[in-house]
Amino acid sequence: MRAPSSPSEIAAGDVLLAAENISLSFGGVKALTGVSFDIRKGEIRAIIGPNGAGKTSMLNVINGFYQADHGTITFKGVRRGKMRPYEAAEFGIARTFQNVALFRGMSTLDNLMAGRTLKMRRSFFWHILRHGPALQEEVEHRRKVEEIIDFLEIPHIRRVPVGRLPYGLQKRVELGRALAMEPELLLLDEPMAGMNLEEKEDMCRYIIDVNNHFGTTIALIEHDMGVVMDLSDRVVVLDYGRKIADGAPNQVKQDQAVIDAYLGVAH
Amino acid sequence: MLYREAGQFKTNYFADQAVFPIRQDRIGVAIILLLAFVAIPLYGSNFLLQAVVIPFLIYSLASIGLNLLTGYTGLLSLGTGAFMGVGAYACYKLTSLFPGVNILIWMICSGFVAAAVGVVFGLPSLRIKGFYLAIATLAAQFFLQWCFVRIPWLVNYNVSNAIEVPQRMLGDIVITGPNASLHTRYFTVLIIVVAMTWIASNIVHGRIGRMWMAVRDQDIAAELMGIRLLRTKLLAFAVSSFYCGVAGAMLVFLWYGGAEAETFNINQSFFVLFMVIIGGLGSLLGSYLGAALIFGLPILLRLLPDALGVPMHSATIEHMSFLIVGGLIIIFLIVEPHGLARLWQITKQKLRVWPFPY
Repeated sequence: MRAPSSPSEIAAGDVLLAAENISLSFGGVKALTGVSFDIRKGEIRAIIGPNGAGKTSMLNVINGFYQADHGTITFKGVRRGKMRPYEAAEFGIARTFQNVALFRGMSTLDNLMAGRTLKMRRSFFWHILRHGPALQEEVEHRRKVEEIIDFLEIPHIRRVPVGRLPYGLQKRVELGRALAMEPELLLLDEPMAGMNLEEKEDMCRYIIDVNNHFGTTIALIEHDMGVVMDLSDRVVVLDYGRKIADGAPNQVKQDQAVIDAYLGVAH
Repeated sequence: MLYREAGQFKTNYFADQAVFPIRQDRIGVAIILLLAFVAIPLYGSNFLLQAVVIPFLIYSLASIGLNLLTGYTGLLSLGTGAFMGVGAYACYKLTSLFPGVNILIWMICSGFVAAAVGVVFGLPSLRIKGFYLAIATLAAQFFLQWCFVRIPWLVNYNVSNAIEVPQRMLGDIVITGPNASLHTRYFTVLIIVVAMTWIASNIVHGRIGRMWMAVRDQDIAAELMGIRLLRTKLLAFAVSSFYCGVAGAMLVFLWYGGAEAETFNINQSFFVLFMVIIGGLGSLLGSYLGAALIFGLPILLRLLPDALGVPMHSATIEHMSFLIVGGLIIIFLIVEPHGLARLWQITKQKLRVWPFPY
């Protein structure tokens, strides 16, 4: 496996990721049109907008699942055009999904261990023996994974196949799997969708803790405005694939274009 | 009460990451190995060894191979028979070209040949999955079988157009060919199968196994986590075909003693696929259980009337055993669609909490 090229260290507050003039279309449908914004290291950046505004498409472009028609993404000072999803992962971008996309047949522990696949280096031949270096490595990563399990308070479901877990816990395991990758940029696609108030509060606490303890930069999509306004440092608003506002939560809240997009406006 | 892990504390992750973390499981495995290595060869009749245990082990290995692909990686394949054939023919070719090299080495090498062929036919798996992939592997089945029939070079231009297993020795011991003793063949099969099961278990419990299962459960999420789909799927095809290839080589060299192209037809593929499905997708134990049910049960049923002293026409017995096995398959699939391995897991859970319901 190719190690990601090591770009210069980025200090907190500097731009970690810059999207410039991103356009994406599917056939005749324009999902994104000339969207530019940046994510600074260490911040929580929210992407909001009405349904179909292109938020998830934006995340998909950032981690290489979609290729933008135009525009570039600069991550950690490295500018790139096309990129495969596994390359994004190697660069340190992890994400969760709107509809939980866990490995349902595997236990919580295995899901998190799978998240560390990229960090594991031992060759196939050591794995055949499951001895010496391979086992050593397995145990090292197990230790890391246990830290995350403790952090997310899910030790009781360590051995449970995730397909059997309730939805709220599945979301938490998915966050854990993304954290297991030790990402620099964590993309969360509606981490609180479908949760009750208590679960939402828990999830908010984890997101803030991840941001504080691990220093992980977070970009999140969320529909719960209360959550967005409280959590995020800066908000970018999309509507019909275009950026209509960008700035601090309070500033965005009072933006006329945003209010129109959300409440609808008589044409 | 019997099966309870209370009091077995693990104080480090090495112990907890072990393949059999529970003592009772380790004892169980030791007993099974003891039976296989000591009791069966000492007390088993020739019939038991030749007609039941040897083929059961070989089919178990083949279904482990298919299980790695279909059960662990989620890629449905109907080419198992052909990949077994590749192993058998490769082994025959290699040992005819280089008779000086030990046959056991060639059996393993024939696995590599099968792996290479498997990788080639695994290439479409990046784009298609499920039933469509099954159809693509069906192409492998028919194409390879055609090769076995139409390329006489593969059988050294034998008039019979079949593999005739030559006599090969390891030191003074005859391993293959008509003069090989039953017990030699049994131990050769047993050692290879046990070793390869151990390896398979190592693989599926580590990084590689998790990558395969990740691809099976959510390929998109797996890719976004840095798992390269094509590589992972091709590795699964390679390892799976390797197992099938070795099983095929053993089938011919250590059991049949000769084979023609028909041996590796589509029925063989289905036979192994049924073992995997009945046994349990994604379970090594399930591969054994499936092989025992699909291969072993009909034999036992055929022996039953004689053992009970019921006079029955042999054709009737044959039909009855078909009926009963077919019925049992349906019952098992209704009771537990996840196969015998899941049934065993449920039983273990029940044993843990016995005599309480939960």
